[in-house]
Amino acid sequence: MGNMSDLKEREDKLQGMGTSLLRKEDAKFIRGQGQYVDDIKLPGMLFGAIVRSPFAHARIKGIDKSKALAAPGVVAVLTADDLKPVKLHWMPTLGGDVQAVLADKKVCFQYQEVAMVLATDRYAAYDGAALVEVDYDELPAIVDPKKSMDKDAVIIREDIADKTEVGHGPRTHPNHIFTWEAGNKAAADAAFASAEVTVREEILNPRVHPCPLETCGCVASFNKATGHLTVYMTTQAPHLVRTVLAMLSGIAESKIRVVGGDIGGGFGNKVPIYPGYVVAIVASIVTGVPVKWIESRIDNISTTGFARDYHGVGELAADKDGRIKGLRFTALADHGAFNSHVSATKLPAGLFSICTGSYAIPNAYARVDAVYTNKAPGGVAYRCSLRVTEAIYLIERMMDVLALKVGVDKAEIRRRNFVRPEQFPYTTSFGWTLDSGDYHTALDKVLKAVDYEALRKEQAAKRADLKSPTLMGIGISTFTEIVGAGPTKVCDILGIGLFDSCEIRVHPTGGVIARLGTMTQGQGHATTYAQIIATELGLPASDIVVEEGDTDKSPYGAGTWGSRSTPVSGAATAMAARKIKDKAKKIAAHLLEVGEGDLEWEIDRFKVKGNPTQAKTMKEICLVSHTGNLPAGMEQGLNAVSYYDPPNLTFPFGAYLCVLDIDKHTGEVKVRRFYALDDCGTRINPMVIEGQIHGGLTEAFAVAMGQQIPFDDSGNHLGNSLMDYFLPTAMETPHWETDHTVTPCPHHPIGAKGVAESPHVGGIPCFSNAVIDAFAHLGVTHMDMPHNAYRVWQQCHALGIDKR
Amino acid sequence: MATTHTVSFKLNGKPVDVTVEARELLIHTLRERLAHTGPHIGCETTHCGACTVDIDGMSVKACTVLAVQCDGADMLTIEGLEQGGVLHALQQAFHEEHGLQCGYCTPGMITRAYRLLKENPNPSEQEIRYGLAGNLCRCTGYQNIVKAVQSAARTLAAAQPATA
Repeated sequence: MGNMSDLKEREDKLQGMGTSLLRKEDAKFIRGQGQYVDDIKLPGMLFGAIVRSPFAHARIKGIDKSKALAAPGVVAVLTADDLKPVKLHWMPTLGGDVQAVLADKKVCFQYQEVAMVLATDRYAAYDGAALVEVDYDELPAIVDPKKSMDKDAVIIREDIADKTEVGHGPRTHPNHIFTWEAGNKAAADAAFASAEVTVREEILNPRVHPCPLETCGCVASFNKATGHLTVYMTTQAPHLVRTVLAMLSGIAESKIRVVGGDIGGGFGNKVPIYPGYVVAIVASIVTGVPVKWIESRIDNISTTGFARDYHGVGELAADKDGRIKGLRFTALADHGAFNSHVSATKLPAGLFSICTGSYAIPNAYARVDAVYTNKAPGGVAYRCSLRVTEAIYLIERMMDVLALKVGVDKAEIRRRNFVRPEQFPYTTSFGWTLDSGDYHTALDKVLKAVDYEALRKEQAAKRADLKSPTLMGIGISTFTEIVGAGPTKVCDILGIGLFDSCEIRVHPTGGVIARLGTMTQGQGHATTYAQIIATELGLPASDIVVEEGDTDKSPYGAGTWGSRSTPVSGAATAMAARKIKDKAKKIAAHLLEVGEGDLEWEIDRFKVKGNPTQAKTMKEICLVSHTGNLPAGMEQGLNAVSYYDPPNLTFPFGAYLCVLDIDKHTGEVKVRRFYALDDCGTRINPMVIEGQIHGGLTEAFAVAMGQQIPFDDSGNHLGNSLMDYFLPTAMETPHWETDHTVTPCPHHPIGAKGVAESPHVGGIPCFSNAVIDAFAHLGVTHMDMPHNAYRVWQQCHALGIDKR
Repeated sequence: MATTHTVSFKLNGKPVDVTVEARELLIHTLRERLAHTGPHIGCETTHCGACTVDIDGMSVKACTVLAVQCDGADMLTIEGLEQGGVLHALQQAFHEEHGLQCGYCTPGMITRAYRLLKENPNPSEQEIRYGLAGNLCRCTGYQNIVKAVQSAARTLAAAQPATA
């Protein structure tokens, strides 16, 4: 024992942290044996189809169900009036507002839920839905959020018109939701007043949609005999949903079971509680049989949680060398007709105040005004913690704008303003404590890898050649993320803290089952959590089973969103494992007849210091823990549960560089190279991390280059099918080059920071910066996304460079 | 009542008779009546490819074909790729190259790649990307899917007896 090859063999057998263990979850998916919600079929199940509003804003004068009820297979038609007796025609949102479950006298956005037709199968249900006759009286719609608070603006939400607040402070207009401020306005204003250089730019994060490949849906099953409600649903946060359902329905929370099952992608789209779920649940309670509701793609894009729609203004004040002295970022936020997205009670604009990014900025102020419009509700979603993409997009864009103004290279301006390694932990002027980082090393590594100097030389030559048919752009993004919500002292939803949990049970022969409050949607939790336990407990990952998503089985947690699984539940996993290990050590000391202090841990066993032949493996201890041969007073078993309330959020960071070429005559953009360096602290499974980065970059590419949810002036949705809404195929998607540095998180038990959202948050500004950089020598400082060929060509045309 | 028809076809090598509505889409017949829930529904408009199956030697999006059109067809779905307890080279390669995350596109993607490799046993990266452009994936960014198809192509070529 103890020789190097033996140690390595034992370590390899565990397949713990740091190894690219192939995923446990693949076995069912590659065989087509996943269990997604639409795969569930219960005896006697009805199918619900929703009747939706064709108008963005209208009064409902009447609903005639008679023709629908006469159609073959139709069992019932539910409207708001049917939900009123059980007080379920309105529901609380995760954002402090209320939302109509089925439209109550008026509709406030196109495709809003008006009725649900229940029928024996989906064809009959949709036939029935087409026969429900709704009499509407159309009202003028507000589509442009800049007009929401006009004096004569039509009131969108008459139900709350006289309320002075909707969960987040005073309102100044019936279409106003909240105004949120952070930082020190006076100090920031003073910095601008005395600055040598100031820059200002209007920057839009357009309305986009996460569009997971599986739409939302549920199967609700209420058992009238036992009073138990089971809901199989597409949710990223099953425990929070269960709590809300208990609040809503009055059913004891112990009699409600929410099951996440397999989920076909989420990206934030599956956090909110949508009317369809609630109506299906009510329908099951009323009919006593299971009810399935599955969205169509059009329903999904038109009505469920969109992302962004932040109309921002960025301002920086600096000295003549580009050292930033002040920052003022504001945004007008279009939340649609209901404030329904998930938001922490104290953080209505989410984590927008991470907008100082990776930079030491002494004076900063931020403000967000949120308003209602006649559009679908949402705002927070799409592969980033609450409003982090909007914040990082602004600062990373403004760094380029400042660089142009002061005539400093775009890499150099970042270097001059980075928080320096020796400054960590660094508290930003908004109060976030960046726990660790090494931004200079990350950027320098990327610049070296791509030979940045040579790229800039090539670009200069191309710019000098007016006959070149292409423009060359180089984009840099050196972002800092804020993930892992979060410490209960700052983060709660509906009063529930955003801790998370892990329960571990070790069986006599060394098999382990771990249950967590998170909910995988493809991130590979069954594999990576098992690897954490394997390393912590010295038991092979192959024998560790991870379960999530069934609220009857797993301990309470806030779910998977905001890259919180590894930062919060990964920590809970390590802490629960450590409780078990502490007990195992006591058993080992008892068996070896030594004091605990005489023992040391080696991969999979405790051994006596100085006498390595005296050892007890974890496998041996697992069995003994289920016998009577234990230290005096010790109970049997090797189980533990940990509820982890993180002391801080985590701050993964990265340096990205994009090189692209633009056809001056068509506006077509070709990504030549994308180099992504990520630092997510300790790396649990490099293969899974790389996969997450590929996916996040591809979604960033989608947002930057093609996605936008357009409306006409009447609030009609102009792009809600996959014909119109851009999802990149394998043809458009660039090849990704990945790299990493490792700066462990000092406050996390295993030093991990989370990774899945970084490539989305950091990728979007990198693409934009590259596109705009291509035009920088022509005086262009900003172009709004999406940078599709037509819009880029418009820029070429405006500059007159599209002529042959 | 809606008109019904009885349709007969071969599904993963086994003969099937099924009574369907005239207007019924194949994807619903497979999923609701024949318990083949491997092919998924992502858009019902032929864009995403999650419902891809193989009919008479062609990749077909099962959301855009009527079940009644499949009378007499020879049909293969993801459920039919594993033979005698042995995974198809593509299934194995998707696992080994981390070519899937949430798994929702995977059955359609693998079924499409199966036909692609029949048509072109040694495709270039560009040919694979073009050949899979009818199948959307929101999780992987396609890079590992491309690697998986390349890896499976090598495995299948190595298993092929050398021809003189």
